[in-house]
Amino acid sequence: MNIHEYQAKQILKDFGAPIAEGAAITSLDQAQGAIRSLPGPVWVVKSQIHAGGRGKGTFKELDADAKGGVRVSFSQGEALANIAEMLGRTLVTKQTGPAGKQVNQIYIEDGAEIDRELYLSILVDRERGKTSFVVSTEGGMDIEAVAEESPELIHSVGISARAGCTNSDADTLADALKLDGTARDQAIILFKNLYTAFTEKDMSLLEINPLIVTKSNDVQVLDAKVSFDDNALFRHPDMMALRDETEEDQKEIEASKYDLAYIALDGEIGCMVNGAGLAMATMDIIKLYGANPANFLDVGGGATTGKVTAAFKIITSDPSVKGILVNIFGGIMRCDVIAEGVVQAVKDVGLTVPLVVRLEGTKVDEGKAIINESGLNVITADDLDDAAQKIVAAVKG
Amino acid sequence: MSILIDNDTKIIVQGLTGNTGSFHTEQALAYHGTQMVAGTHPKKGGQSWESSCGAILPIFTSVQEAKARTGATASVIYVPPAGAASAIEEAVDAEIELITCITEGVPVLDMVRVKEKLDASNSRLIGPNCPGIMTPDACKIGIMPGSIFKKGSVGVLSRSGTLTYEAVFQTSAVGLGQTSAVGIGGDPVKGTEFIDILELFLADDETKSIIMIGEIGGSAEEDAAQFLLDEAKKGRSKPTVGFIAGRTAPPGRTMGHAGAVISGGKGGADDKIEALETAGVRVSPSPAKLGETLVELLG
Repeated sequence: MNIHEYQAKQILKDFGAPIAEGAAITSLDQAQGAIRSLPGPVWVVKSQIHAGGRGKGTFKELDADAKGGVRVSFSQGEALANIAEMLGRTLVTKQTGPAGKQVNQIYIEDGAEIDRELYLSILVDRERGKTSFVVSTEGGMDIEAVAEESPELIHSVGISARAGCTNSDADTLADALKLDGTARDQAIILFKNLYTAFTEKDMSLLEINPLIVTKSNDVQVLDAKVSFDDNALFRHPDMMALRDETEEDQKEIEASKYDLAYIALDGEIGCMVNGAGLAMATMDIIKLYGANPANFLDVGGGATTGKVTAAFKIITSDPSVKGILVNIFGGIMRCDVIAEGVVQAVKDVGLTVPLVVRLEGTKVDEGKAIINESGLNVITADDLDDAAQKIVAAVKG
Repeated sequence: MSILIDNDTKIIVQGLTGNTGSFHTEQALAYHGTQMVAGTHPKKGGQSWESSCGAILPIFTSVQEAKARTGATASVIYVPPAGAASAIEEAVDAEIELITCITEGVPVLDMVRVKEKLDASNSRLIGPNCPGIMTPDACKIGIMPGSIFKKGSVGVLSRSGTLTYEAVFQTSAVGLGQTSAVGIGGDPVKGTEFIDILELFLADDETKSIIMIGEIGGSAEEDAAQFLLDEAKKGRSKPTVGFIAGRTAPPGRTMGHAGAVISGGKGGADDKIEALETAGVRVSPSPAKLGETLVELLG
């Protein structure tokens, strides 16, 4: 789960990180008060969407030469004008895709005097199985480009789960970032606090780009991106409350209510599959036979008839779906449960497109019997290859 | 020979009393008499568990006690995500040799903690978020459907549960059968990687060929390719067919498995396929042609 910059900063502030004063607003009425609450003389006005590259983004509704999604303002009037221009408009960045995202919230922050821009992130390094800091003196820019062009400028420090972020780890990080004096002292404390925030809140990514050193040699968190481990949200109801559903696909929200792993895609064949690997492979084989998947959907191992029915309804609610492929290889998932769910869903919502069903594995005979005895117009398939060819043929006509 | 498990393996079930644990323990008992010998539950020690076909297993308070009383060397974990890491740690503390964690949805930082403990122990963990391990006609740990297996010569390993079944199903269909099948799991931080299992399959005389199924995310497939390349230079190699799921997956989205995500331009399918092909692995373009491709490769 992703959250907005202003929410991330509030969490980090609670863990003692140095962060400028700021205020988030959702309407123009709140703008004047928010601007006045900050001392100036510089106000930074930042669009709050779940995507990076906001500063270099463009607004769909504005002229091409209009400024981006993050604007530095030198008077209260300029800040207000910027807010009026950005709020409610659609920001397109390299991460949003061409559709862009509507700016429903704006964060106004006190400006800072920047001397150096650094990069810092904490993530789970899956190759080492460790939580790691990644830092670079080259902050404020696309870190992936830095990694590509000058990997020697990126330093990674693995942290022991048992020991936590030690003095020695913090010193290594401070050296890598070439920090000295007060900035170094502050950073040593900051590294430890950030590590505590990361582990206590079960974050999957904490990225500060840039972490700045000000002209007075203080460190400050200028931007912050936080994602949480979805598998750990059950123990953080306070973080779950930060979820912004306006940032998500409606069908994906509906799917998440039923604990289904669903991702909307651009194709014409809806898929319902058990297991993430088989669901991806089903998408791949549809493509291999010349069509495109409309979604990724893993009903998981613990699916009930109700969940399967919900999944089927989500797939059929997508108007671009011209055919449906149900591909089940039962292990933990029983074929009879899937079959009952499919039959129930078709009875509930009707079926206007071709449906191919392939069942194999646990309780396969019972599952096939349920489908056959239902009297529904279902095309059955013997194996994955057969299933993929049949659905592509049915859709292509 | 098989790898890791055979018909002498005695297994403790952590989480036997839940629905999932009960269902799959019954299935395991029914599969060539897999030796499921006990269950554990912190509050139900001294009670017993009875399957629908009348088999009775004792329940002990702890893994330590269950191991001492039964001589088990393996455990399988069906406890819910919130308690899964503690269950693994309990098994490590009891010095269980082979721990298999089926549970999906274990918080990744719990696994980071577990991994550190595992590294300092002699236990091996398979999973989490995996279907388990099977040796045909001998032993079933986990949730794989027994009916699709056939005793034979192919070693199967996969990050995906259901694609493990595809590989097993197809190798049975073409008559080759399996020595063992191992699902290493779809999480980013896990107990056993491809390399560990490839090493076992290369060392096992009865395993004549290998099917390895990877997916997008991370670099375990690239590591495996490098391992196979290095071993081949030492004269150790077996015909291997590969498949990588997720060629059509959009970047930046987590595809069901917590570990299946292309991030920062890394972990894409094409890089993995190229690495495997460079290492001499025949990569099947279709998940439906794993068996056929292997037959072709074997000539």
